[in-house]
Parts: sequence; structure tokens; C-alpha cells
Amino acid sequence: MATLVGRASKQALLRAHSSIIHQKANLSFKNLSKGKKWAVAAFGTLTAGGVGLAVALNTAVLASDLTLHPPKYPWDHAGLLSALDRASVRRGYQVYKQVCAACHSLEYMYYRNLVGEIMEEDEAKAEAAEIMVVDGPNDQGLMFERPGKLSDKFPKPYPNDEAARAANNGALPPDLTYIVNARHGGENYLFSILTGYCDPPAGVEVREGLHYNPYFPGGSIAMAQALYNEIIEYDDGTPATTSQLAKDVCTFLRWVAEPEHDTRKRMGIKAIMIFTVLLTSAYYMKRAKWAPLKTQKIAFKPR
Amino acid sequence: MGVNTVSIATKIYQTLFRRTSTFALTIVVGTLFFERAFDEGTGYIFDRINAGKQYKDLKKQLELRAAKEE
Ligand code: HEC
Repeated sequence: MATLVGRASKQALLRAHSSIIHQKANLSFKNLSKGKKWAVAAFGTLTAGGVGLAVALNTAVLASDLTLHPPKYPWDHAGLLSALDRASVRRGYQVYKQVCAACHSLEYMYYRNLVGEIMEEDEAKAEAAEIMVVDGPNDQGLMFERPGKLSDKFPKPYPNDEAARAANNGALPPDLTYIVNARHGGENYLFSILTGYCDPPAGVEVREGLHYNPYFPGGSIAMAQALYNEIIEYDDGTPATTSQLAKDVCTFLRWVAEPEHDTRKRMGIKAIMIFTVLLTSAYYMKRAKWAPLKTQKIAFKPR
Repeated sequence: MGVNTVSIATKIYQTLFRRTSTFALTIVVGTLFFERAFDEGTGYIFDRINAGKQYKDLKKQLELRAAKEE
């Protein structure tokens, strides 16, 4: 019985019906009727026009025409395999701590993150011990203050967003942990913002409490210029010019946003080398395996 | 190639690759050495490209500065 069914189905599968063989695709534009040609042409035009319109509208939505776009600066770490300049990151930490930390938090940074990255353990411990942290409750159920430890977060300048707004004319100083990745242009934008303050051009009104900065979308920023020549003194004796301070704090914030930066690039070298070998051999194997098929003509001949 | 002289490739094949057991062992041991050499090599390249920029370089500088202050 099974053999019968098998034979029957095999017959059905293999028997060439003339209708199948002579079937012809009728998809050519030439063979269409006049009306259908018109319909296809109209459909094509409408689609292309619609896509064009969508692109144009989308471009227009980026209404930052009056904003200055930041130039690209030659960062030490900009190369495909370039590590962060740790001396610069360390100076940047000093700038953040002495200037920016008055208004901006680094919510996701702990003191332990500094160890082995820009300072030794005992130095980081001393850094942490400079702040007071509320801990507890103790055995009387009371909260108490103690010096910071490596496991503590960086201190926040304000207890909450409302307090931050109240102290800054209603504007919220954003958390800086991921700010480099959160802004178009990354550290180029940050550097431009920090060094780009200037007098507003004639005819441009800047509201009370705001400051003119051509790189900030809209032109008026609630943050006053924070960096000036010699505003702090560097540990390593580097002259603390405005641009040096800005460059260092940008490098520091890149490291904060991307602590795995150097490891990632170190692995990049390995990945490039290994994948070059693997891809080449995969390509070679594909060619080798397909060669017999590609050089033969295979015909299906029923019966 | 004479009858008694065996090429190196043949020798390697006969001693290492011919039997599955030795073949697998060759891969395991080979991986060990390859990975070590590869890590060292790429690490060296990275350190050359980034000479003076990494934490180990900063650490040396910090120690120098601390020594000078004393
Ligand atoms: C006096 C307080 C104050 C100090 C000090 C300060 N900022 Fe700000 N910062 C602000 C306020 C307020 C805003 C919000 C501005 C706005 O939204 O108009 C802001 C916004 C920013 C922004 C976001 C800009 C954007 O695109 O939205 C960045 C980045 C920034 N600050 C970086 C820094 C850095 C880096 C420092 C240290 C060099 C610093 N700030 C020091 C108050 C401060």
C-alpha cells in the first residue's frame, strides 16, 4: 500500500504538465495595456514625490538653522585605536570637582571608579574622605554623618531637581554622567559651549538671567560662562587657560560616559585582525565549495 | 622526495592531525599558545600607538612628582 501511494505521488510530482512548462511571466512593462501603463507611471511618480516630500519635511523639522554648529577638534582619543589621555582625564576631574560640581551632579559615578583609572587607591580614599555622607540608622535608630568611602557616590550639589531649578533661575543643570553621548557633536559641542560665550550680535535680545552662546540651540543659555583663564590651578603645573580647562573637562566627561573606552579599542585591534583572517577564509571556502556547482549546468529532465 | 625522507608537513599530519584524539589535543594546546601570543602582540601594538597616554604612564608621572616633592 505504502509503495503504491509513494509511487503515485512520485508520478504526480514528476510528471511534467505542459501547462507548467509553458507558463510565461507577464510582468514586462511593454506588455501592459495603455491604462495600466498610466496607472503604474502615476503610482511611481506619487511614491517618489511622497518620499521626496517626507525627506524635505524631516529636514525642515531640524529647526536649528540659527545655531552655530561646532567644528571638529583633533581630540587625543579621536582615532580608531587611540586611548584616552589619562593625564588630561585627571586634570578634567579636577576641573569638574572645583568648578562644575557646584551645579552639576555626576549621578552614576562612585569614588571607586577612580581607582586604577586616574589615581591610586589611597588617593581615591582621601578624595572620598573629603565629603560627608549621611549614613545609618545606628543602634539608636538615628542617622549620622561620616566621611565618604570608596563605595560612595559623588555628592550631588542639590538634594532634588526643584532645588536645582530654584537656585538657577528655573533652569535645571543636567546630570553630566552621559552628557557627551546625550548631545549631538559630543565633546566638540561641549567644548564649543564652554568656550563659545560672546556678546550677542546687534538686534538679538537676551532675556534677564540668560547668556548669549551661539552654539546653544536658541542662542540663550541659562548657564553663565564657567571657565576663565587661571580659574583653578592644576596639580601637574599645566597652564590653566580657558581652552585647556575646557579640553580637559571634555576628555574627563568622555571617560565618565564611556569608562570602557580604552578596553573597547584594545579589543578593536584583536577583532580587526581575527575577523580579517576569518572573513578571508570564509570567502575562500565559499568559492571552493561553490566552484563545482557554478561550473556545471544542471538540467531537470523528467523521464 | 625520496622514499625515506618525509616532509615536515607529512610528519605533522602523521603525528598530530591523523588521529582525532591528537587532533583535538593539538587544537586545545595550540589555542593556549596562540591566544597568549596574540594578546601580547596586539597589546604591544596598542601600547605603541598610545605611548605615554595610558594610566600606567600617568602612574609613573605621579610617582615622579611625589618623589620630587619629598
Ligand atoms: C552656576 C552653575 C553652573 C556651573 C558652575 C556650571 N554649569 Fe553647566 N549648566 C548650568 C545650568 C543652569 C544649565 C542649564 C542651561 C539651560 O538649560 O539653559 C547648564 C547646562 C550645561 C550643559 C548642557 C547644555 C545643553 O546642551 O543642554 C552642559 C554640557 C554643561 N552645563 C556643562 C558644564 C560644565 C562642563 C561645567 C564646568 C566647567 C559647568 N557646566 C558648570 C549651570 C552651571
